[in-house]
Amino acid sequence: MTSFLKNLGGHTGRVILALVFALPLVFMLVSSFKPDDQIFGDLGSLHAFLPVGALSLDNYTGVFERVPAARFLLNSVLISSITVVLGVIVNSLAAFALSRMRWPGRKLVLTAVIATLIVPFETFALPLVWWVNQLPLLRVNGFHLEWTTGWMDTYQVQILPFVANAFSVFFFHQYFQSIPKELDEAAIVDGAGWFTIYRRIVMPLSGPAVATVAILTFLPAWNSYLWPLMVVQSEDLRPVMVGISYFFQLNVGWGQIMAYSSMITVPILALFVAFQRSFVNSIASTGVKG
Amino acid sequence: MTTMIAALERLRPVRRTRTTHARRRESLTALGMATPAVVLLIVFVVVPLALTFALSFTDARLISPTPPHFVGLDNFTRLIQDPVFFKSLRNTAYFAAVVVPLQAGLALVLALLVNAKVRGVNFFRTVYFLPVVTSMVVVSLLWTFLYRQDGLINHMLSALTFGHVEGRDWLGDPATAMPAIILMSVWQGVGFHMIIWLAGLQTIPAELYEAADLDGAPRRHRFRHVTWPGLRATRTFVLITITIQALGLFTQINVMTEGGPLDSSTTVVYQAMRTGYEQQQTAYAAAISLVFFVLVLAVSLVQRFLTREKD
Repeated sequence: MTSFLKNLGGHTGRVILALVFALPLVFMLVSSFKPDDQIFGDLGSLHAFLPVGALSLDNYTGVFERVPAARFLLNSVLISSITVVLGVIVNSLAAFALSRMRWPGRKLVLTAVIATLIVPFETFALPLVWWVNQLPLLRVNGFHLEWTTGWMDTYQVQILPFVANAFSVFFFHQYFQSIPKELDEAAIVDGAGWFTIYRRIVMPLSGPAVATVAILTFLPAWNSYLWPLMVVQSEDLRPVMVGISYFFQLNVGWGQIMAYSSMITVPILALFVAFQRSFVNSIASTGVKG
Repeated sequence: MTTMIAALERLRPVRRTRTTHARRRESLTALGMATPAVVLLIVFVVVPLALTFALSFTDARLISPTPPHFVGLDNFTRLIQDPVFFKSLRNTAYFAAVVVPLQAGLALVLALLVNAKVRGVNFFRTVYFLPVVTSMVVVSLLWTFLYRQDGLINHMLSALTFGHVEGRDWLGDPATAMPAIILMSVWQGVGFHMIIWLAGLQTIPAELYEAADLDGAPRRHRFRHVTWPGLRATRTFVLITITIQALGLFTQINVMTEGGPLDSSTTVVYQAMRTGYEQQQTAYAAAISLVFFVLVLAVSLVQRFLTREKD
């Protein structure tokens, strides 16, 4: 009897909390299909969370009429996928060299890489804006290539600073150490080079590590806001999060805000639900080093 | 036999040169593999961090025809006379002081709730985690609507209390802007640390609980003597990550209040962005960032010290 009551208490708690976490998102999604006056009219009742009334896609088409939202989406897809692919390659290569090969200075490099983990991005974000503005840039000008200065307003300034990541190197390093080194020795006897070992043996065995690094690189890249806010001015290169914050400042209707919000959120939520185990494992793995 | 030894003798120098050759190749290949990551980390972390120190003693501006000049401690003397900076510091400290225990504690409660072996527990984990996967910009826009005078939260408050609670403009009132942002930030971030706690809970051996049950220990003793000590490493990690994240408060402020009303929600990183980017005063922003770095380091060191192994 007491255990039943205890379970009941636990269940009630779980359900109430689930409502607290889910309802605002449900509200966002259902409101994106409602005209503005109905969004406000439904607030007083449970209709606020239900897809009822005059539902339409007007808010969505309205967003695309008002701003080049498709372009923003494309930019974000491009930026985050390139960051993920480069990040997986660059960081796993470094981790491979650090964990499986013998060379002078590798301990020092590993320590230095891990040391950068304690520095939050906000510490150097502003000096970094100044710094990328001084970096040389090869630009296509008509039929010529010419050198200019300053990376402002480019794709690369949104990608390259986030490719190398100390946590990703560290994570791959830990993972690679769990793969038996005898595999490498056997491959060397068979005449394989180090790069072949990396590509044909170690990487194919590291699926979960790749998934973790990919997820932990993708989420901040897709959600990035402070950085592109400062280094991207032109609309053509704007990513979705900066796009929506400018959109908000245009004094558009709330239905359109909810439509834009749903557009850039629901695909990610769907990905999360589909690959839930990988997501949760990757988050859990960030705590391992503690 | 002798011929075989002789043959081996002849082979040895050859073999040695081959191993040194292989070693050198191994070193060169390794260097080649590590170089891209190392170079990128130097260019985009080490150099900018050094610049945070260097530029804070100059008059550097974001866009300027002249190179930066050394100005000594000018930026720091300006900093200690800047009332907005002290408001930023105070608001940031306030935010962190409330969010850290609230988020860590609530995350632990959630982790315990979803660690129970009951049906549908996976569903609840998923739901609690949904806001984490939602971008903070979207969350901020959504809650700006929820917090309006005629928004969802006031309507629900009024419905749940049969009209007894008078709603207010939560973000427009200096007294409630910061608490409103705190509540929303915890809502968004708590699922992340729930997962971290959960991973910690699952490393505690089941035998310890069985032993406690055999001894007839009551539930709350179980938590105090088995669960809590078993979460030591997780605890430090959760504390430090929430603190660093809380001290970096920016997105919510920029989207929802722009530091207002009356600077009641301005923060250190927000002020660094305002001066460094919008007003293009890179040097002054570097000085603010430097203070921020010292703050983060100091707080994490103190936390490490307080949660250290006590024997």
